[in-house]
Amino acid sequence: MNSVSLKNIIKTYGDVKAVNDVSFEVQKGELFGLIGPDGAGKTSIFRILTTVLLADSGAATVEGFDVVKNYREIRNRVGYMPGRFSLYQDLTVKENLSFFATVFGTTIEKNYELIKDIYDQIKPFNNRRAGKLSGGMKQKLALCCALIHKPDVLFLDEPTTGVDVVSRKEFWDMLDKLKKQGITIVVSTPYMDEATLCDRIALIQNGNIMSIDNPDNIVQSFPKPLFAAKADNIYKLLEYLRTDGEIESCYAFGEYLHLTLKSDEIEAESVTDIAGKYNASGLETKLITPTIEDSFIRLMNEYNHGEAVKN
Amino acid sequence: MEDKAIICKDLTKQFGDFKAVDSISFEVERGEIFGFLGANGAGKTTAMRILCGLSFPTSGKATVAGFDVYKQQESIKKNIGYMSQKFSLYDNLTILENIEFYGGVYGVSRPEIKTRSSDLVKTLGLEKEAKKLVGELPLGWKQKLAFSVAIFHRPKIVFLDEPTGGVDPITRRQFWDMIYQAAADGITVFVTTHYMDEAEYCNRITVMVDGRVEALDTPTNLKKRFNTDSMDDVFYQLARGAKRGEN
Repeated sequence: MNSVSLKNIIKTYGDVKAVNDVSFEVQKGELFGLIGPDGAGKTSIFRILTTVLLADSGAATVEGFDVVKNYREIRNRVGYMPGRFSLYQDLTVKENLSFFATVFGTTIEKNYELIKDIYDQIKPFNNRRAGKLSGGMKQKLALCCALIHKPDVLFLDEPTTGVDVVSRKEFWDMLDKLKKQGITIVVSTPYMDEATLCDRIALIQNGNIMSIDNPDNIVQSFPKPLFAAKADNIYKLLEYLRTDGEIESCYAFGEYLHLTLKSDEIEAESVTDIAGKYNASGLETKLITPTIEDSFIRLMNEYNHGEAVKN
Repeated sequence: MEDKAIICKDLTKQFGDFKAVDSISFEVERGEIFGFLGANGAGKTTAMRILCGLSFPTSGKATVAGFDVYKQQESIKKNIGYMSQKFSLYDNLTILENIEFYGGVYGVSRPEIKTRSSDLVKTLGLEKEAKKLVGELPLGWKQKLAFSVAIFHRPKIVFLDEPTGGVDPITRRQFWDMIYQAAADGITVFVTTHYMDEAEYCNRITVMVDGRVEALDTPTNLKKRFNTDSMDDVFYQLARGAKRGEN
């Protein structure tokens, strides 16, 4: 059964199409990721699904309930952690948690098992005001508050933005544990590397879903052999390769450049030959497996190109 | 001495018993792209505020563009540029007005502002939008503009505090093209980021843990030292042991 379903959802703000005819489904118990930059429409989708924003058109259900007609039922069944820290800054950790438990007609004790692992980490600061917590602790408290009424579906809008690598890893470990308890999780992130931690992902940009599948399939459907190259002066190499007639695309990617050729050649030597023209010292090339970010860049370029042709 | 953009020696900032910055020492070469990484709460922001002339250290020495962080804060401010993720462009001024405003604040002469701003608008490809309000620009454009404004007065050093948060992967790379260009023009770039692939674009990086500089080297050497092929892993190995991030 589907936990979340969207059909042809459109949301505009003035001239801006924030969500442009978006349809997708999330199965029960699935960890589903919305991957895209700021302004892609992720937050609008979350707000529509949590019944705090009305779509212009289209239909959506959460746990079988309609987001417009049955909004009360939905509100009791979902936990929502907005992108911006939305707890009461001048209430303490414990007070925030009690408040949210009371609002949902429950107590901290009743669903303690669910939040125990996360709550234990912030419990030493029970009497500290939420506004005085560090970023990582705020995030944990917000997650506890979103879980306190034992929701069926958890909506997490960019929970790891601006958080360091260590805290991000911890956060995703927590999500994995929650998933094992059968909670459906819809999470958004601008970090492409986090996409691989989801069961399925939707890559979204400018209100449009560019691709939706499990991360492996998205990477495997990359249409060209992808190469990595580096040299002592990598920026110079990038400038050369970008303008070379045999190169289809070339961009920086960590310590390497990633590039595709116009031909379908799969030997890295062909890249060495092309780059060799520029006398790059310390040249190194290899054939590599694309990442989600490579797929995203490619889809985005295709999409932008399509838009340019249309205009 | 003149070749160093930044020199820190045992720089310390203490709040009560708490050493936010604990005796850090490093030097940044002129024209270098210097990555300043660290876990949340490691002391990056505090250190950066001192280097920008906004906060006094408790002890230790530091010079920025040759100016002393204790005695010459105002000279430091004139010689640096600063941009953060929450950039400080005025949404209800136009692109040109924003450029003129910042140029004026930094004491660039009026005729010079005129020439440079029309050049800048051209380079950014924003001729048509020049008279539009900044609030109407997409995030990626705002970020590029904010960076251009931060280096408009041709500072010796530009401080970038998580400049690329939230932008798409293509815009993020265009932004780094601009950083490379600025460095090639001789501007020293001091940048913090949470994207580990961006750490790789830096000439050298530091990783701060619990107020101290735990590592300082080129990305390649750091990966060698920690026996891994990803910066992510280097960072994880260093910051995992952090004790205080969460207090």
